[in-house]
Amino acid sequence: MPAMSGQTLYDKIWDAHVVSTDANGESILYIDLHLIHEVTTPQAFAGLRAAHRPVRRPDRTLAVADHNTPTEGQALGTGAVADLEARMQLQTLERNVAEHGIEFLPMGDPRNGIVHVVGPEQGRTQPGMTIVCGDSHTSTHGAFGSLAQGIGTSEVEHVLATQTLRQIKSKNMRVTFTGTPAPGVGAKDFALALIGKIGTSGGTGHVIEYTGEAVSALSMEARMTLCNMTIEAGARAGLVAPDEKTFAYVMGRPSAPKGAAWEIALANWRRLVTDPDARFDREVVIDVSTIAPTVTWGTSPEDVVEVTGVVPDPATFDEPRAAQIRRMLDYMGLKPGQPIASARIDRVFIGSCTNSRIEDLRATAAIVKDRKVADHVSAMIVPGSGLVREQAESEGLDEIFRAAGFDWREPGCSMCLGMNPDRLAPGERCASTSNRNFEGRQGRGGRTHLMSPAMAAAAAIAGHIADVRDFL
Amino acid sequence: MQPFTQLTAKAAPLDVANIDTDQIIPKQFLKTVDREGLAQGLFYDLRFDADGKEKSGFVLNDPNYARAGVLIVGDNFGCGSSREHAPWALLDFGIRCVISTSFADIFYNNCFQNGLLPIALPAEQVRALMSEAKGGNHVFDIDLETQTVSAPSGARFHFDIDPGRKEKMLKGLDAIGETLQAASAIDDYEHRQALQRPWLEPA
Ligand code: SF4
Repeated sequence: MPAMSGQTLYDKIWDAHVVSTDANGESILYIDLHLIHEVTTPQAFAGLRAAHRPVRRPDRTLAVADHNTPTEGQALGTGAVADLEARMQLQTLERNVAEHGIEFLPMGDPRNGIVHVVGPEQGRTQPGMTIVCGDSHTSTHGAFGSLAQGIGTSEVEHVLATQTLRQIKSKNMRVTFTGTPAPGVGAKDFALALIGKIGTSGGTGHVIEYTGEAVSALSMEARMTLCNMTIEAGARAGLVAPDEKTFAYVMGRPSAPKGAAWEIALANWRRLVTDPDARFDREVVIDVSTIAPTVTWGTSPEDVVEVTGVVPDPATFDEPRAAQIRRMLDYMGLKPGQPIASARIDRVFIGSCTNSRIEDLRATAAIVKDRKVADHVSAMIVPGSGLVREQAESEGLDEIFRAAGFDWREPGCSMCLGMNPDRLAPGERCASTSNRNFEGRQGRGGRTHLMSPAMAAAAAIAGHIADVRDFL
Repeated sequence: MQPFTQLTAKAAPLDVANIDTDQIIPKQFLKTVDREGLAQGLFYDLRFDADGKEKSGFVLNDPNYARAGVLIVGDNFGCGSSREHAPWALLDFGIRCVISTSFADIFYNNCFQNGLLPIALPAEQVRALMSEAKGGNHVFDIDLETQTVSAPSGARFHFDIDPGRKEKMLKGLDAIGETLQAASAIDDYEHRQALQRPWLEPA
């Protein structure tokens, strides 16, 4: 028998939450926090009702409305939502949370916003927790050293009824970011570079732990951006071991432990580290000093190029990749070999659970201050929550945005997926800080280029994809 | 959940890699509060043009593949959003089994919650089945008990599946009902946690 090796952070959190494991290796995993929203829960509550099952731990459940919500006129309430189906879905959530006694931050409440912005902001997200939500970008919360995973609606129902999830443990993968990034390069570029390197299924079946000096140097908000994009690399969860920055972020937030409880929690959280002799099933190392500002050119987050680079030529690839590239170039309206920075844009979207926190807005403001959005570009900024919006306004950022010609909206998912009225028209090209450039994601026929907020801001000013380093 | 034991059905080839759940079922169909009726939205942008007319080039619009029960697809099927509407829409359309080289984790898991069988096979086997289906020789046999896919040419491939998932699928077990049988273990866990991690309890 091989010598016992140490445990990874994932192993430790997993072990601390196993209720039982059956002969087939499937475990019942206890869930500390369940975040819910209007789109992936109606069928789960209907299932509970049909089986006469209660919600086991309403106190471990938090609800927000975010995916469907319009980004203007929120004070008028759900009754004023123009889209009838969206209105009904929002009202269904209101009824369900009232019936089961679940805390709800409704549209219009300043604490409302995108579920993955709200959890950390309220101090609900804490190190060492297991967190689930019927949304794949739940991986965001891994920035706090919590095991946070997206689940489907049947599993939402399972967690509501049992406060557990049945799961087979994933493998361990470590991504180490070394070095110091150049100015203009940040967490979004790290994520896009990683996905470009390992592909959108590179992390499938694994939980990724991010380590290295470049990760330690990231702020909590930037770590959330990095963990958020983990699902785009195929891994269900991404983790960063908690450190002093993590504790400082959590301390004092409304749901954070207080007083003596805080001291006990802190002592426990300090043990949430991977043992030095722990083994990983897969290792990737990236030197961030080699990363340039990065954008996507295709319809999958792995199709990335440095902003100074060119669109690939399918003729230089073998089938079936060549056919795939031709299909993407056709959809994206790009020519083989064209410099990506020559792509003229129509729209800019700064928002989503990837990049809608206060730092993202500050980075945007730093680029657009005293500049103007290009005449042919329509640009919008959607803060991640009502509190982010208030903070930005207290810093005068909204004035900078409006003066530059940006539309300053109310919080929500908005054009990240275009379930609400914010979406691209067919053929429109968008510089977007969101996480998915899939065909039709931001509107049927819409063309999405993913990039950082600073890069999207530069594109808004230039009117085409542009190198943020020329704006620093 | 409906059990899955054996299936004999037409297989439709959809030779595209990285088909994400946004393509399987676009956002405008996510506003429903029901699980049924999603077939109309399945692959909507691939199946229909901007005027809502069927696109002739799309495999599921081809009469040869009408009422297909098996879908053979490119790598990394079901990536992206966690929406369970994707397996619901496939099932509502009549698809009971999807064959690929790889599936995204959340989609894969969602399939098992609904009696939709995702089969992962090595690339050359998926190629062989894909070309057989493309040639129009396309009534396949899927047997979950013996874990085999058989094509009309006589090609017969074994697939791997986790034994726990297989058992639930064969019997159509209700996962919640099963977990609730362990309710006392969950109670015990909560008591232990209240002692070991007291800060998690509401003040
Ligand atoms: S912002 Fe986009 S990715 Fe994030 S939760 Fe909303 S829809 Fe999902």
